[in-house]
Amino acid sequence: MTDPFLILDLLLAGAVIALAVATLTVRDLFAAIVLFIVLGLLSALAWVRLSAPDVALAEAAIGTGVTGALLLKTLHHLRYVAGTLGEQTAHGVTPVTPVPMSVIWANAAFCGLITLGLAIAFLDAPLGGPGFDALVADAIPASGVDHGVTAVLLNFRSYDTLMEVVVLLAAVIAVWQIERGLSEAPSPDLSVIWQGFARLTLPAIVVVGTYLLWKGSEAPGGAFQGGAVLAAVGILLLLSRLYVPRPAHRALARWGFVLGTGVFAGVALLVTGGGRVTFEYPPEHAKTLILLIEGLVTVSIAVTLAALFHGREPVAVRAKEARHDA
Amino acid sequence: MTPDLIYGLTGIAVFAIGLTGALCAQDRLRRVLALKLCSLGAGFLLVVAAWREPPAAPDPVPHALVITGIVVMISATAVALALIRRLQSLEAEDDD
Repeated sequence: MTDPFLILDLLLAGAVIALAVATLTVRDLFAAIVLFIVLGLLSALAWVRLSAPDVALAEAAIGTGVTGALLLKTLHHLRYVAGTLGEQTAHGVTPVTPVPMSVIWANAAFCGLITLGLAIAFLDAPLGGPGFDALVADAIPASGVDHGVTAVLLNFRSYDTLMEVVVLLAAVIAVWQIERGLSEAPSPDLSVIWQGFARLTLPAIVVVGTYLLWKGSEAPGGAFQGGAVLAAVGILLLLSRLYVPRPAHRALARWGFVLGTGVFAGVALLVTGGGRVTFEYPPEHAKTLILLIEGLVTVSIAVTLAALFHGREPVAVRAKEARHDA
Repeated sequence: MTPDLIYGLTGIAVFAIGLTGALCAQDRLRRVLALKLCSLGAGFLLVVAAWREPPAAPDPVPHALVITGIVVMISATAVALALIRRLQSLEAEDDD
């Protein structure tokens, strides 16, 4: 008898591949982005099947949700600049010059070779072999948390996570610099229903995000998933204009961006002493320290992701324009 | 046929589609999408590498690596998209 889950796996795998092809071949860019979002959600489902709920949550919240919002916002801006906003256009936004078929075939052959090599290497590789499972299982009691992924992220491999938060900080600095002086596409006029929707859902999202953060120490969840869900609060506030960024808020936002990195690095340095090395938390305070870091990193992630969605920093000119409009 | 084999090959296929797209796509936004497909394929392979036959728990280290990868990827995407927006605005100014 065939295992029903095997059929689900095959269907999911087929859908993921088909969506990947469709994302790159569909002519309308809006459709491409929507297909990419669906693809991300189905991948998250596939990762749940591979018993990786943490990764699935992160992919659904960050890799699909916030990324999808960023992509759609950029498409809106590009169409505004190109003057094709609101047209039922099926074209891309960059001028297209035809590529010779020979180049396409050469690329396809090259990619085919790489894929063949990868597939052979994958089929030859020993799967399910001993990884770090036993090491992590042995060390968990000393980590201060009960969940493997959280222990790895915030205790055993803290350097990786610190660097990850730094990358996020670098990204928001880069975006503010790149977009300096850039004229902004007017945000779409959202109806009153949308504002009502925001008022209804915002409290629920805040609760879900905080729960994900708190639960992370013993079950799937954690700072990144919780932070992304809380970033959705920021995106909703920006979209529904319940919150309009002002130049005066820049200092607060900057503090928000560096808060997580600062506290993370600060704790890492403070625990050095008494023969301990950087990031070696004293076992009796490990849980407190990890929760402190996670909580503040979550705030930073939420603020940073919302700022990445908003794009350019709020500048004084914009406030004047807003007053003119009013 | 086990889930790790099925999803491992899926990951390789998605990576290949993304690589081809990144080399052949004309549109900038679509090229970013293609690179994101590559990262998704790599994520699939890492998650597959962590998978163990159900009673056993999966290896948490690759999971942590994928989560790190997802966050790094959204940072890179945000910067790429900002560059695209800037480039498009500059081109529009040149045309005027």
